[in-house]
Amino acid sequence: MGGAQAEFHNSGPAAGEEESQLIARVQAGHTDLFYELVRPYQRRVYAAALAILRNDADAEDVAQDALLKALAHIRQFRAEARFSTWLIQIAVNEALMFRRRRRTVVMESIEGRDDEEKGYAPRDFADWREIPSEALERKEVRQRLTEALSRLDRKYREVFVLRDVERLNIQETAQTLGISAGSVKTRLLRARLMLRDLLAAGWEQGWYSRAPFEKGNNPW
Amino acid sequence: MVIHCEDVWREVSNYLDGDVDPSLRQALEEHVKGCKHCTAVLDGTRNVVRLYGDERFVELPAGFSQRLKLKLESQAGAGRPGPGIGWSAWTMAAAAAIILAGGLWISRAANPSVPQQSALAKPGTDIPPDLLVAVSGSSRVFHVPECGLIHGKKDLKTMKAQEAIHQGLVPCVECLHQYLSRMQRRTRQWKAVDVSGLDRSELEKVLPNSEAEEPRAPVVRE
Repeated sequence: MGGAQAEFHNSGPAAGEEESQLIARVQAGHTDLFYELVRPYQRRVYAAALAILRNDADAEDVAQDALLKALAHIRQFRAEARFSTWLIQIAVNEALMFRRRRRTVVMESIEGRDDEEKGYAPRDFADWREIPSEALERKEVRQRLTEALSRLDRKYREVFVLRDVERLNIQETAQTLGISAGSVKTRLLRARLMLRDLLAAGWEQGWYSRAPFEKGNNPW
Repeated sequence: MVIHCEDVWREVSNYLDGDVDPSLRQALEEHVKGCKHCTAVLDGTRNVVRLYGDERFVELPAGFSQRLKLKLESQAGAGRPGPGIGWSAWTMAAAAAIILAGGLWISRAANPSVPQQSALAKPGTDIPPDLLVAVSGSSRVFHVPECGLIHGKKDLKTMKAQEAIHQGLVPCVECLHQYLSRMQRRTRQWKAVDVSGLDRSELEKVLPNSEAEEPRAPVVRE
């Protein structure tokens, strides 16, 4: 067994030193370098907005507005925080404000409506082997993951996305959502287990299995 | 330390985050070794964390970066210019895209089944399909982003020309006509020139800055 957080890698931003220099130059007025600075984080900013809004078009508008806002307030960024976290916090705030403005009635799943303090018992014990990351290159796998995530109640989905998709730490997640570190841990545990249950059921029915007519996997 | 399945389910998330003390970690690992159900729970939860944490899970919408660059450029143009040389990497890329689009003339891309706003409105023809155009609010007209008619509008959206035409939007008779005329002239005049390493005086010799109506004439800031 081993810690999963340390096992995978995202393509990250420019190395710390390089990024700091880039930030300093943008803060000094070289705004034409801003895109270069945020380019590695576009996906994460969009993902944060999408997790809250669950609508592609709204998420894009909000993500882009958040990045424009970040440019307008770049001088307020302080090096004590991670730049990626600062961007994501702006995106989350923008998305929450957008949702409030819209007063959208979002149909939430009944998943996880029970008391979050109560323990969560897994419902499915399907045997999962390790799924190679290459599986994500298949659209149906990504769709399956997206569908499962959208079935989570908002409070679990937001914590899970900030922690496991955006990879904020517990404190950063708590600060961004305005909840306690304990609540982050409790909701994260439940979110991970619920997603495992949602995906494990499909696993047994072969959602991850290779296409039946691929070479070497003929059905006859 | 004796561990039960419920303890594993309660701590599995902390365990994966490396947030359990060594004695609990050891007890959890020993329990999981002999428990098929807890092995399934741990493996599955680890898969969940790994798959959702992979950058391939969320895809940016097509054209997201292009639209962002356009907005950033627009914002930079509205605010004070930054110091230093004006040739940023993406300005160069945008200029290259415009020049490239100029060479890709396509014919008749209109969707006649979509009703037009006015009997006088004409569908877009001879417009490069990949040209980025701007639409304001619920307007049925699309413009090139520099068009004065949409200057300062806050509810601008950008899209490719082919998408705008497909939606039944019609080109702005003012800016699109001028743009296409300029591009035709530029396509005829354009020669590939390597400007890397040139200073301002050398750039002025090779760039067509004598044409007052030249679109987006490159600017070298002091």
